[in-house]
Amino acid sequence: MKNASLSNAFFTMLKRDLTLALRTRSEIANPLLFFIIVVSLFPLAVSPEESLLRTMAPGIIWVAALLATMLSLDSIFRSDFEDGSLEQMLLSPQPIALLVLGKIMAHWLVSGLPLILIAPILGISLFLPGEAMFALLATLALGTPVLSLVGSIGVALTVGLRRGGVLLSLLVLPLYIPVLIFASNAIATAAAGISIKGQLYFLAALFALAVTLAPMATAAALRISLR
Amino acid sequence: MWSFIHKHASPKHFYLLAERLIPWLGWSTLILLVVGLYQGLIVAPTDYQQGESYRIIYVHVPAAWMSMFIYMVMATSGAIGLVWKIKMADAVASSSAPIGAAFTLLALVTGSLWGKPMWGTWWVWDARLTSELILLFLYLGFIALESAIEDRRTAANACAVLALVGVVNIPIIHYSVEWWNTLHQGATVTRFDKPAMATSMLIPLLIMALGFKLYYLYAMLLRVRVKILESEKDTTWMKELITGAKK
Repeated sequence: MKNASLSNAFFTMLKRDLTLALRTRSEIANPLLFFIIVVSLFPLAVSPEESLLRTMAPGIIWVAALLATMLSLDSIFRSDFEDGSLEQMLLSPQPIALLVLGKIMAHWLVSGLPLILIAPILGISLFLPGEAMFALLATLALGTPVLSLVGSIGVALTVGLRRGGVLLSLLVLPLYIPVLIFASNAIATAAAGISIKGQLYFLAALFALAVTLAPMATAAALRISLR
Repeated sequence: MWSFIHKHASPKHFYLLAERLIPWLGWSTLILLVVGLYQGLIVAPTDYQQGESYRIIYVHVPAAWMSMFIYMVMATSGAIGLVWKIKMADAVASSSAPIGAAFTLLALVTGSLWGKPMWGTWWVWDARLTSELILLFLYLGFIALESAIEDRRTAANACAVLALVGVVNIPIIHYSVEWWNTLHQGATVTRFDKPAMATSMLIPLLIMALGFKLYYLYAMLLRVRVKILESEKDTTWMKELITGAKK
């Protein structure tokens, strides 16, 4: 086999994972359904009162997005680990961090992007004011990739374990806190009509940090898990 | 220098070194804690604002310092174990985790006990309290991951990666929490100002801090010795040591 270029390897991995995900539609639909159901539980549990829901909307949507992403994380490496293709990837001459980045991007396209598309509808149902809608979309667009990136480290550490599911949430959720704080705060601030530049810069900085460091940590974790 | 490190980083030498150090550490911990508690609880003057209840800082503040210090030790020794594959570094990291978690819990509990008479409530979503709570979650995640992986070396390396990820995240979490709190409610509660502290109150605090640090070393070395006994039980030197001790 010829030595493929780096970008070639990255896009091949991305295309492969996207193809696999699109063939099993439930992988896309399930986290999305979970997201919608969790959000719609809150009015039932708390109260359908408009003012209350409006103040809680940023937090509700973001916590639900966090949980939905976390539940879908397992799909990044699980099936490849089970059929052995993950080991073949580790043996390939391409840098693992790059391949991992391709897989994470595929995961985000499959599980993060649909959340962004459906979020405005949920925002309306929770009486989120129109001014906050842009903030909702912007924070989700900047924040969900961070969730996928940081989460991939946790998955890589637990992929070899029989019951990694709950453990994964223990490892990953504390690391999600900064994203949750900045994002939900940005939406609430935007709803009050104040500029949210600062929060968005922070989220962008977190994204830049995650996109540079997380693939390497994930690669190191995979090497340990598959030893 | 390398040969010195290699010699003392071998399980056998570490075991024997720990055996010699443990009584010293244990006794000096005991003396420091007794002196520190006596000075702090009885000799130190009463605070004019907080009355007697400020005295809990002699446990609370050293515990909070240790909770952060131990995480740093854990991450550093985890990294050393990961890079140079030194078994003892892994043992130090995994032995430190439960002690660090205990100190974090102690800091949270004493802080809460202090908060009741001072703030009138057991818990405030104050920035420092919250980041301490998250630190506890990080410790518990570390322990959970370690106990979930059966193979010792894999567990140690996986935990080292987790601790390093945590170290990168701790400042981010800390500042985001601080920022979140100040935006929401401003500085409603400020803890006592450290520079304004009288020397007669400060000295017992430093004694206690040193005592806590030595206690950590003591407890950590005890745990490392147990780990060595477990992992090296089939080696000849360990068999000789144990059978020799029996004679």
